[in-house]
Amino acid sequence: MQQQRTLFDKIWDAHIVRSSEGYPDALYIDRHFIHEVTSPQAFDGLRKRGISVFNPSRTTATADHNVPTKDQHLPIKEALSRHQVETLRKNCPEFGIELYDLGHPYQGIVHIIGPELGLTLPGMTIVCGDSHTSTHGAFGNIAFGIGTSEVEQVLATQCVLQYRPKTMLIEINGTLGNGVVAKDIILYIISKLSSSGATGYFVEYAGEAIRNLSMEARMTICNMSIEMGARGGLIAPDETTFSYIKGRRFAPQGESFDRLVEQWRHLKSDEGAQYDEVLTFEASDIGPMITYGTNPGMGIKVTDRIPALADLKSSSEQTSLSKSLAYMGLEPGTSLLGKAVDYVFIGSCTNARIEDLRLVASMVKGKKKAANVEVWVVPGSKQVENQAREEGLDIIFEQAGFQLRQPGCSACLGMNEDKIPAGKYCISTSNRNFEGRQGPKSRTFLASPLSAAAAAITGKVTDVRELAGAALTSNN
Amino acid sequence: MPIENIDTDQIIPARFLKATTREGFGENLFRDWRYNSDETPRNEFVLNDPTYSGKILVAGKNFGCGSSREHAAWSLYDHGFSVVISSFFADIFKNNALNNALLPIQVSDEFLKKIFAAIEKNPKTRLTVDLSQQNVVLEDGSSETFDINAYKKTCLLNGYDDIDYLLSLKDEIKHFELAH
Repeated sequence: MQQQRTLFDKIWDAHIVRSSEGYPDALYIDRHFIHEVTSPQAFDGLRKRGISVFNPSRTTATADHNVPTKDQHLPIKEALSRHQVETLRKNCPEFGIELYDLGHPYQGIVHIIGPELGLTLPGMTIVCGDSHTSTHGAFGNIAFGIGTSEVEQVLATQCVLQYRPKTMLIEINGTLGNGVVAKDIILYIISKLSSSGATGYFVEYAGEAIRNLSMEARMTICNMSIEMGARGGLIAPDETTFSYIKGRRFAPQGESFDRLVEQWRHLKSDEGAQYDEVLTFEASDIGPMITYGTNPGMGIKVTDRIPALADLKSSSEQTSLSKSLAYMGLEPGTSLLGKAVDYVFIGSCTNARIEDLRLVASMVKGKKKAANVEVWVVPGSKQVENQAREEGLDIIFEQAGFQLRQPGCSACLGMNEDKIPAGKYCISTSNRNFEGRQGPKSRTFLASPLSAAAAAITGKVTDVRELAGAALTSNN
Repeated sequence: MPIENIDTDQIIPARFLKATTREGFGENLFRDWRYNSDETPRNEFVLNDPTYSGKILVAGKNFGCGSSREHAAWSLYDHGFSVVISSFFADIFKNNALNNALLPIQVSDEFLKKIFAAIEKNPKTRLTVDLSQQNVVLEDGSSETFDINAYKKTCLLNGYDDIDYLLSLKDEIKHFELAH
């Protein structure tokens, strides 16, 4: 009898083209996403070798990292950014690849558009030259970030060479408390595992608290798998997954969809399947989270204090904490509650979907932002932007004094016009708080869209439960 | 650089990822640690300190965490490094390095401490890396062996790359795709 296998192993095994002793597996890739930053050198590589793209229909391109979030109809002002986007515009038609360029109704952050267009499906292998490719794993597939040399491999052969990672199961039991959302779950897990605790692993998330999440919330969880070092994260598909996919632009339709759903129902780990590591957490232990340091593992419940030096075991951890807090302008052992912020950024592949915007709107409706903050709401895609306008969220944001921008990666990574100035504090729904991530010398507090919205109203780090009382229940 | 969790945003900040070729990234390696905001060099930073030189970068654990940008490996290589030694590497960085003739060597925490101590004692100390023997040797003769996958080792020693191998499987891939 065949051994019980994990969902990860089933999908991996189904995509092996060649597995030879001493060699990494040649893994067939079902879906490849590219963007302007990590693809130009790969296309150059193809030209140098004089080869074409193996299967252009399996690659989809968009422009997201460099794009401005205002006046997208005008040429990009910054010359190097413009050149990079123009290079993508030249490469895609030359190699027969579909590009959702600025102004296209499907343009957006690469990890937002794949799922919303129905290009991301259960059981697939998905790669992109971007570490947050792990997002797509929320649909029960193997999705991971790759480097540019590997982008070239996929373009040239529709395969990548990879060593099989170890597997980890993370279960979250029980139900979430008031004001606690998916972003808090993942920030909590990372704070427990550290920014390297899952390196070498592929994570499967399970348990009641995960099952109860919406599809978009599951994407938030899988998105940040890389922030604890994991190559990716996945969640077994279920009715929530199937109903999300149904009817999407490029998803299979009608009978062929129904047939696929029957197959997808088998995409789960066998009873008794062995993982290399199993971790269990209780949802009731999770509160609204915030980071205080310069890697995503440096997170606390907003009601807790920043660790004191004496709380840390090793001298190297103490050195890291001191260095981080010096950068952040914070003191060990203190609370962040009440700390004034200068910017609020709601966006990124972690939290720029329509549900995130709805959550923010529900929090700020009828309220105004604090005078000391500037608030940017950057939708993850043109479709999200249009949906937000249709639902009237734009009016709620405008009345609150928030700026609703155009889609792109924006202030997540300091690569386009949207940067947080040196020394300023930004509470951000993005995924990384590294030094200078949001702009040189910028200081980032990572938090959920709810917590970010609360800070926008009060102008300071706030326990969202204090502000909104009992009105906060959602499956986000 | 006895600093832990050096992420790819430190190795090469995002605003310097805009080139469309692989060359020239060395100039901006560790940009925000090497230069002040007014572009003057920070003399105390190790890469600006003439006391230290060489082709081997020694760094604290979890080197290369963060983004998948291969630019991190390109910038180290372009700056003149051929080897990075740490006690732990992030996965994607490790792959990217190996795909660019930059050898990531993982040593034990203890041996890393020993290397840092030797450098602190004598910044001109000599560190020898032998890929074929898979070992790192300090001047006092102490050494540690390191793991590297046999396939990757062959690629590095002979200058092959993954695409050469995958292209050799092209018929098999076509066959797989049809049946998939």
